[in-house]
Amino acid sequence: MHVQLAWPDYFILLAYTGFVIGIGFALRKYLKSSSDFLTSGRSIPTWVTGLAFISANLGALELVGMAASGAKYGIATSHFYWVGAIPAMVFLAIFMMPFYYGSKARSVPEYLKMRFDERVRALNSIAFAVMTVFASGISMNALAKLLNQLLGWNYHVALWICSGVVLVYVLKGGLTSAIYTEVLQFFMIVLGFAPVVYLGLKDVGGWGAMNQALQGVAVDPAALHLKEAGTTYAGNAWSSAWQPLLAGPAHNPMGVDWFAMVFGLGFVLSFGYWCTNFLVVQRAMAARNMTAARNTPLVAAVPKMLFPALVIVPGMIAVALTSMPGKNYRIPPPIIGDEVYTRAAEVVKTAGALEAPAAFEAVREAMGKKMDPAKVAALIQDAGHLSEGQIKDGLYEAVAEYDYDGVILSLVKKYCPTGLLGLALTALLASFMSGMAGNVTAFNTVWTYDLYQAYIAPKKSDQHYFWMGQAATVVGILVSIGAAYFASMYNNAMDIIQLVFGFVNAPLFATFLLGMFWARCTGTGAFLGLFGGIGGSALFHACTTAVSNLDASGRVVNGMKGGYLGVVQSFPSEMAQNFWLAGFAFVVCFTLTLVISLVTRRTKTNEELKGLVYSLTPKIKDEGAPWYLRPAVVGTALIVGCVILNIIFW
Amino acid sequence: MGLDIRWPIGLMFSLVGLLLTLFGLCTRGDAEMYQRSLDININLIWGIILLLFGAFMIIMALRKKPDPDALKSK
Repeated sequence: MHVQLAWPDYFILLAYTGFVIGIGFALRKYLKSSSDFLTSGRSIPTWVTGLAFISANLGALELVGMAASGAKYGIATSHFYWVGAIPAMVFLAIFMMPFYYGSKARSVPEYLKMRFDERVRALNSIAFAVMTVFASGISMNALAKLLNQLLGWNYHVALWICSGVVLVYVLKGGLTSAIYTEVLQFFMIVLGFAPVVYLGLKDVGGWGAMNQALQGVAVDPAALHLKEAGTTYAGNAWSSAWQPLLAGPAHNPMGVDWFAMVFGLGFVLSFGYWCTNFLVVQRAMAARNMTAARNTPLVAAVPKMLFPALVIVPGMIAVALTSMPGKNYRIPPPIIGDEVYTRAAEVVKTAGALEAPAAFEAVREAMGKKMDPAKVAALIQDAGHLSEGQIKDGLYEAVAEYDYDGVILSLVKKYCPTGLLGLALTALLASFMSGMAGNVTAFNTVWTYDLYQAYIAPKKSDQHYFWMGQAATVVGILVSIGAAYFASMYNNAMDIIQLVFGFVNAPLFATFLLGMFWARCTGTGAFLGLFGGIGGSALFHACTTAVSNLDASGRVVNGMKGGYLGVVQSFPSEMAQNFWLAGFAFVVCFTLTLVISLVTRRTKTNEELKGLVYSLTPKIKDEGAPWYLRPAVVGTALIVGCVILNIIFW
Repeated sequence: MGLDIRWPIGLMFSLVGLLLTLFGLCTRGDAEMYQRSLDININLIWGIILLLFGAFMIIMALRKKPDPDALKSK
């Protein structure tokens, strides 16, 4: 079942690798100080930082995960872009970049130190540093697994080689090298996946035919085993972005209501990520001047707005194809070892002697997965004149579960001949490397400036910090590799870690919002408010769960998914639980910060907060500049474009 | 920074595009191979597109005007 690569595929892979490493070496001679290495010396043009901004966000998990969501939820997945990204990116550009860039902070935690105090910085930088290496490890594990399954590459070799390439070019060229290669990777990802989407759309009969097929799926999703038997939606559940959402959580496959979507995702989670996550903000901070810094997220918003066509449509194509019997395609089942197939094939051959229900049960047990009864029955009947291989293929077809993360690669396998295959795989590797380099460069800066220089070894020479930045790059990558192995061995432990990150991130935007727009907000208020928000989200999770995790009598089945202190509220889906949790954490953090700030004394004077708080900072005057350099004008145009997209796909 | 990123991007896509185009030309008659891609010689078509993109990047890099900001700082 592995795809065979031929020399043109390897040539493309090697050419790409050669160029990214070459960029690292070409930039080496420009590195003289720690700030050249860690912050690029603030020298990069806007279009480059803009594309790097979006590329660092477009890691492998994003590509794989968004295609998976496109299959599970249809076009409503675009809300992660149109609701969950564009408004926040515009807000970052217009309102927040002036403080980040103007304050001369070298990182987001350093801004927090200037605005509040060391406690807030320490909390934020430690959480961020740990989170980036783990996030990087999770994505590395996912990629190495995919390469192993699709190409039969050795898991360890795939992991070490990909990390090794990233290590070389980041170590040689620092942040500039990461940013430059991210631009190259951006084009690689777009140009590598576009033909796959084109061929898929053509095969399925075009946009109209795809939506028609999805209508059939929506009415009876259980026929394809997409949902529990008996579930039914309106015909547009997969093909309309807003109507199923407005109809309520029971009427869309996400199981989410519009308020949770707009407030939880569109406001709290989205602004929390795009406006405060150093991974992306760092790209804008590397811009050459204030205008370039503010325009960076705006440049990035244009491709971000259009990405659903590249990353979500493949998932929709996959569902439509699965519903068309003649297309000979199915969303891949979970990976099952060949020995299981062999054993199950034996069972199929002998099951003819049994009664139908017992025969089905025997096959199901041998496979260890949900199976499609009709397909299994047909297979048992025909077993006499089928070869072993044909029976195995039949079993593969009959598995009634999906590994949605395999969607994108299954389409690559289906449509790409030698040549294009190499290009598409290179695009996947590029997305992986861009995400990883983003994490590593953010990590080494936060480690060096916000932890090492701040708390461990202050007042050393710049050469010393330069060296430490490089050491942190190596250590960061090694720890990520460790995290990848950890993720591959202890899947559940990794889920817990991700859950905790979710708690830490959910309230973050409340702190920034109050800090940037309210001079009275104090360090103590921010610090305790953040803690309260984190505690609030943990408590919220402990008292709620998704309906799917409850058994018939209302008891919690899966303890990891919340409800361990009893179920006060159950949500139609985990996604809804997640969005409401974010909203709750935000409100707790906001209220606590507000109240505590009012009862504590200010420690920073208005003079000290100049350039850090909106009301105390002189407004940037850009009336004389051409319209395309004015963030307020461009941002408004982007929001209008985004609204138009929402209306088109209403 | 001294490196214009349009050079590596332009060169890489020109190289990859050239390879795909030539490979597509050599495999023109291979109906079996292009069954996957719906009987379209996608290597040839996409190779040409990549080649054009690469050439565009190189042209943009060649046309570059001296950067006013960089001059000021020197």
